[in-house]
Amino acid sequence: MKALILSACCLLGLAACNTSNKSDTLLPIYGNREAVTKTVNGKTVADTIYHTIPDFETVNQYGKKVTRKSLDGSIYVADFFFTSCPSICPIMHRNMLKVYDEFKKSGNVKIVSYSIDPRHDSVAVLKNYADKMGITGNNWWFLQGDKQAIYKLAESYLVAVMEDNKAPGGYVHQGYFVLIDKQKRIRGSYDGTNPEQVAKLIEDMKLLQTEPQSMIAQ
Amino acid sequence: MKFTIIAIFFIAVITVVYSCQSDEKLEYMRYYTTGQELYKTRCQNCHGAQGEGLAALIPPLTDSVYLKTNSNKLACYIKNGLKLPILVNGKPFNGEMPPSGLAPVEIAQVLTYVQNNFGNHSGLHSVEQVNKELEACN
Repeated sequence: MKALILSACCLLGLAACNTSNKSDTLLPIYGNREAVTKTVNGKTVADTIYHTIPDFETVNQYGKKVTRKSLDGSIYVADFFFTSCPSICPIMHRNMLKVYDEFKKSGNVKIVSYSIDPRHDSVAVLKNYADKMGITGNNWWFLQGDKQAIYKLAESYLVAVMEDNKAPGGYVHQGYFVLIDKQKRIRGSYDGTNPEQVAKLIEDMKLLQTEPQSMIAQ
Repeated sequence: MKFTIIAIFFIAVITVVYSCQSDEKLEYMRYYTTGQELYKTRCQNCHGAQGEGLAALIPPLTDSVYLKTNSNKLACYIKNGLKLPILVNGKPFNGEMPPSGLAPVEIAQVLTYVQNNFGNHSGLHSVEQVNKELEACN
């Protein structure tokens, strides 16, 4: 009897250990959420609908069409920039290069940089920029799309961008790197101008890579 | 007596030389520290904290041969910006640097910082030199 109680205690302790570890290793899910009730197999169950990135239509530096679907099966990091940006973009992309180098051999990790100046940043300009950065293959896409649509899309990534003639280069934008999981949910937002936060992003990406897709966090 | 006079003379000479040097050194330090602040706020975003530049987009500031041989053009580049293709560390860079809007003395300070950092050792780049160099801008 004594042994049974002891082993039960041990098991309990282990279980507690496990669950606390699990909640530590799961990244939070950002954005608005909605509770819904639906009927599954005749039973009424509650479920949560998380904020996700909507569909978009862009062209990458190779002239290929890129939509929400092109990122299916990948976790990815998104940012907003423009090639002629004199302020925070160089420092953002100096830091993003570290992310690129870390994950360029993993097939299921991508980086997408949306241009907020599509009038200047044509496919040729973006290709030139990518070449100069030493980017090859399909791990890091530089995307051009309809300007208003991109600005609207930025909102769904919780990043503020706008045109401002007084700002250096003509645009104001935040330098966030936004981490998106395979279900298109926002799992992290990092200051792309801060090397420490970018190091944290790389750690979090490794965590997210190991997360089973079916798992419902929180 | 003769010995004392000679000794005093020598001490005087040494004092003059020494104080001259430390004046120059002080001037250099003043330029350098202000230049460092200016570099952080006006140059570092693009050229990096270690002067490393960015891939093939933004040239590094670590090519001491380039900085030395083009020393008298740098003030113009900082003032008016730069569009020319240039060769740094043997690699071509053809992007565009915007005009800085810095005053001549600020240009001198930031040049003193850059030319004595990132592996460069060129000493003081004075505002008098900068003024002369700016007159010769294309």
